[in-house]
Amino acid sequence: MSRLFDADDVARMLRRLAHEVIEANHGAQNLVVLGIQTRGVPLAERLAALIEDIEGVPVPHGALDTTLFRDDLDVKGPRSIGETRVPVDVDGRTVVLVDDVLYTGRTIRAALDAVSELGRPARIRLVVLVDRGHRELPIRADHVGKNLPTAYGDHIKVLVAEVDGEDGVVAEPEGAA
Amino acid sequence: MRHLISMEDLTRDEVVRILDVAEQLLPIALRERRSVPTLRGKAVCNLFLEDSTRTRLSFDLAAKRMSAEVLNFSAKGSSVSKGESFKDTALTLNAMGVDCVVVRSHSAGAPVQLASYLDVPILNAGDGWHQHPTQALLDVFTMRRHLGDLEGRTVVIVGDILHSRVARSEVQALKLLGAEVVLVAPPTLLPPAVEGWGVRIASDLDAVLPEVDVVYLLRVQRERMRGAFFPSSREYARIWGMDERRLGLVKPDALVMHPGPMNRGVEITADVADAHQQVITEQVTNGIAVRMACLYLLLAGEGPALAGDDTEEAA
Repeated sequence: MSRLFDADDVARMLRRLAHEVIEANHGAQNLVVLGIQTRGVPLAERLAALIEDIEGVPVPHGALDTTLFRDDLDVKGPRSIGETRVPVDVDGRTVVLVDDVLYTGRTIRAALDAVSELGRPARIRLVVLVDRGHRELPIRADHVGKNLPTAYGDHIKVLVAEVDGEDGVVAEPEGAA
Repeated sequence: MRHLISMEDLTRDEVVRILDVAEQLLPIALRERRSVPTLRGKAVCNLFLEDSTRTRLSFDLAAKRMSAEVLNFSAKGSSVSKGESFKDTALTLNAMGVDCVVVRSHSAGAPVQLASYLDVPILNAGDGWHQHPTQALLDVFTMRRHLGDLEGRTVVIVGDILHSRVARSEVQALKLLGAEVVLVAPPTLLPPAVEGWGVRIASDLDAVLPEVDVVYLLRVQRERMRGAFFPSSREYARIWGMDERRLGLVKPDALVMHPGPMNRGVEITADVADAHQQVITEQVTNGIAVRMACLYLLLAGEGPALAGDDTEEAA
């Protein structure tokens, strides 16, 4: 296992992403930041706090679980369902989806369906900490922490203090558990 | 979990998994669009060979909220009333290609029999005096939402234990979750093998009430009684019924629950029923979420249902 980025790197990426989101949105009005379960949730919370800090307005944030919208349940079988918690009505707002790693794009496809069940947002933006390529769907992120070219079988893992006890990005070569 | 036929087939972890999934499915009913596409393209057959309103409606709605197609089949007005055998009915369903059968029957063992004819998941919606697992699951779900972990909690089940499939499933579910169960019943309405259930039997309801966290009242099932099990409804109400005076004996935060439909004036007075209507209504709402969870875990994919999680897969 090799460490690609440490906690300071992750903090810098998040600060830059907060500024990017604010710039694209011309401020922090009308945002709702939703983290995709599991590691997207604490990242969304931190991103919302950073945006609040910079702009001085409250930014609602929550959690989105995509399990019920996935297209691979038939192959992989039913799994546990995480919490979906959306503090405001999404109608007419800009929803900022946050996830740790963007890979095949299938989770994001499911997340788009999950959001449209909640209402009709004005727009949906995607923020990811790491984009590792190998998309299987025509999906891209609006704001990316780091682009990491990887081999298909590589395992890239974002560590988040709230879940893993520390922040960072690590790589595990194919075959490593 | 291949089928859901009896609480006896479930482990503690499986019960907790069902309740945890149901907890996340519960808010779907509060959204503008009250369904998720998870079971789109799957067909669920509700095979109801015995009268039922709430359980059938609950399963119907649960399947629809998961976007499954629903076929409702009841004995009345079907080939069953023309004398078609249970096996032939089952084979017909198989030929039609249903993905799951929810079965309610007056005969204990019908779901097991059905499972031997079909190779799809079978969900028991009540078979004779035997089992009613989804009722027990929705009850422990409701208790858990109010009381938290049921480990070490005490539940008294009052009434007709003998004819009650709910009581059998309920006792097993509660014991799996670590609760203590007390049964209070007319001696004529206790099953002969009740000593083997691992529960406490008490005769004086008043003496039990102060220590319990839940009072679970069973319906007096007149339709299953052939013979005199107790002198009269008034006599039953006096000795085993829940009234205002008895309500004064329970802890202030104790729950009063009933699987419905209630016989007001027999096992519960109208006053107590009205005062605790909220929990009894919650049981109905929760029942839909619990049945959605069961359908999800039985039907979503060929993978290892209820096995360990693999949420580690990269996005």
